[in-house]
Amino acid sequence: MSAWTIGYAVLLYVALVVLVGGLSYRIAIYTMTPAPLRIPTMPAPRTRAGVAVRMAGEVGLFTSLFRGDKWAWIWSYLFHVSLLLVLLQHLRYVLNPVPWWVRIESPFGSYAAFVLVASLIGLFGRRLAVARVRFVSGPSDYLMLLLLLAIGITGGMMRFQSPVDIISLKAFILGLMYLHLQPLPAAPLILVHIALVASLMVVLPFSKLLHAPGVFFSPTRNQADRSRLEPHGPSMPHGSSSMSHEPSVAGAGGPVNAGQEKSA
Amino acid sequence: MSDITVPPLGDYIVTPTPEVGVMKDVQTFKASPEHQRALGFPGSLPDNWQELAIKRMGELLDTQRGLRVYLDSCVKCGACTDKCQFFLGTGDANNMPVARQDLLRNVYRRYFTAAGKMFPKLVGATDLTPEVLDSWYTYFYQCSECRRCSVFCPYGIDTAEISMAGREILDAVGIGQKYTNEILGKLHKIGNNLGLPEPALRNTLEGLEEDVKDATGHDVRFPVDVVGADVLLITPSADFFAEPHIDGLIGYAKVFHQAGISWTMSSYASEAANFAMFIGNQEQMRKVALRVRDAALALKVKRIVVGECGHAWRAAYSFWNTLVGPFDFLDPRYRQPAHICEVTEDLIARGALKLDPTANDDKVVTFHDSCNVARASRMGDRPGGQFTVPRSVIKSVCHHFVDMDENTIGDKTFCCGGGGGLLTDDLLDLRVKGAMPRLQALNMVVKEQKVTHMAAICAICKSQFTKVLPYYGFEREMVISVHQLVGDAIVLGAKD
Repeated sequence: MSAWTIGYAVLLYVALVVLVGGLSYRIAIYTMTPAPLRIPTMPAPRTRAGVAVRMAGEVGLFTSLFRGDKWAWIWSYLFHVSLLLVLLQHLRYVLNPVPWWVRIESPFGSYAAFVLVASLIGLFGRRLAVARVRFVSGPSDYLMLLLLLAIGITGGMMRFQSPVDIISLKAFILGLMYLHLQPLPAAPLILVHIALVASLMVVLPFSKLLHAPGVFFSPTRNQADRSRLEPHGPSMPHGSSSMSHEPSVAGAGGPVNAGQEKSA
Repeated sequence: MSDITVPPLGDYIVTPTPEVGVMKDVQTFKASPEHQRALGFPGSLPDNWQELAIKRMGELLDTQRGLRVYLDSCVKCGACTDKCQFFLGTGDANNMPVARQDLLRNVYRRYFTAAGKMFPKLVGATDLTPEVLDSWYTYFYQCSECRRCSVFCPYGIDTAEISMAGREILDAVGIGQKYTNEILGKLHKIGNNLGLPEPALRNTLEGLEEDVKDATGHDVRFPVDVVGADVLLITPSADFFAEPHIDGLIGYAKVFHQAGISWTMSSYASEAANFAMFIGNQEQMRKVALRVRDAALALKVKRIVVGECGHAWRAAYSFWNTLVGPFDFLDPRYRQPAHICEVTEDLIARGALKLDPTANDDKVVTFHDSCNVARASRMGDRPGGQFTVPRSVIKSVCHHFVDMDENTIGDKTFCCGGGGGLLTDDLLDLRVKGAMPRLQALNMVVKEQKVTHMAAICAICKSQFTKVLPYYGFEREMVISVHQLVGDAIVLGAKD
């Protein structure tokens, strides 16, 4: 077994442990930290189901960002969708046999690499071009984009420009999964691509990439609007549209009695 | 303060290019040691302040999930950078919401994250130096905690939560704001922000009864401490004396009078405002809110109704139940608490009030959505009722209503520029500049649709606009209470 194979096996195992361990730790902290006061950004849904819809919009369509900044939305939406397609395409390197739907998705996932690279260039350019965004950007913000860009470019090159021994590569990956090490084809593109992905995995739990789990724990987005004691009682069942109104209690005993205390 | 440069009101808002330090010298006055100690904070900066500040930050991180998630999640996308009225009005880079957050985030990273401990330069982590502490005091008191930025953030990062945490840490090391902390002291001692004692309150309200009698010929009461009344009205103390607030109070009294609702105010809880929210101190918030609960119990009321006050409605709607609830001793057939606009809207819908909208025919009215009502509370049944209920009330009592630009109303409303503890003359420069985006939109409807008045449902908005409108060449009388419009249109004594 070559030193490359052993080195990269260790690297990927370590990266995976850091990624899963780091994310689990972070999520555990988020879960255990109380959120005593209700602070949903209003108007907010009144039910858990409504919150699920709101959250689905944030995660699937980036609704708030769309309202906030159209250019940021376009670039980041293209980036995230193409990243998702590329990741799905990568399933064919870890699943054996390759499921039918991954086969169907594969061409989309392959060509999404071009969109991925273009959107990252767009995000990078926007960060430089807009003075306000440039002001709030630090070295890590640029480096993160460059890291993703390098991953996208090396991946795209292997797929479209200088094909590598993908069969052996898949054997190596399956070997990692089944704890039965197989030789890694030591092509430079493969080595660079995997090293970059491993560093992304290590960096993720310690960086702003925490926005991925973070959005689910954001009280302004995941809390329902039900802080107030809403009317209930025989005439005012929950959910009824009439619950908002002043009870029209006729006659004596009603909380609102237009007969009392009339003006002189 | 004649050296305030007033931004011009154009046909649209020009987003400035961020500049460093434009507003660095605009710093609100600090509280005296005596006022700090009265709230249980250190009187002045202790020798081990740095250690104490980091400790307090750690405690907040462990007890407020939002704070931790927000400090971790920002990707610097910039969607918030052109949303804050204080950035749009001043151009100071640190008034961009993300830059304001970063003042705290960079310290968080340095002391609480692996990346910041190992590679501070790379991730922009900074030590908590005296200069950083000073920048916190400057810029966390240039935020009105209005939450406009949080609407547009893909993760809902709420700068208000960050500013509140920053102020709480500052208080924990003895640095407090004179305006807010002095007022909190008065509230604890006397029961309202003004420090208006019971005899003075009774006197004021008796004077109001006489004024209304003279003006209308009707005996409209302004009752205080009536045990067994149905409704306890909790209203901002500015309603007792300030213009145009007081006309709103007269409006509420006319509504209750005409609907035949027995009501009272409380001399013990004669304040709806809860300034403890501004400084992010939940123990203070609880103490302030507890006065309302105690008053409701002592007066044996069935309902609590809250007057026109933005952040007070947030506290009442969103926080009372958690802080001092449950309010199960109140009549469960009503919303508890209810906003005065909800009460009035329901009474109008039921035909319990006779209205003559022609009384307001001399006005063309627009409505300013107050930030805390718009983005931190609700009225009525449906999400967004906080926008429709007050407008429905206004339209019932006023023939001529127009809305301002849609990007400046509803949940996209701009803050008046004076909320969140900024309503003090030592921040007048900031307040004038921060009002620009709202007044730009107002100016457009004044020019194009002949708007004469801007109605509001917040004591701070009303005071702020009264003060800053003249700087932009508007009459201060343009701002009115929604319940002034109601009060003027109510036909007293009319019976259907």
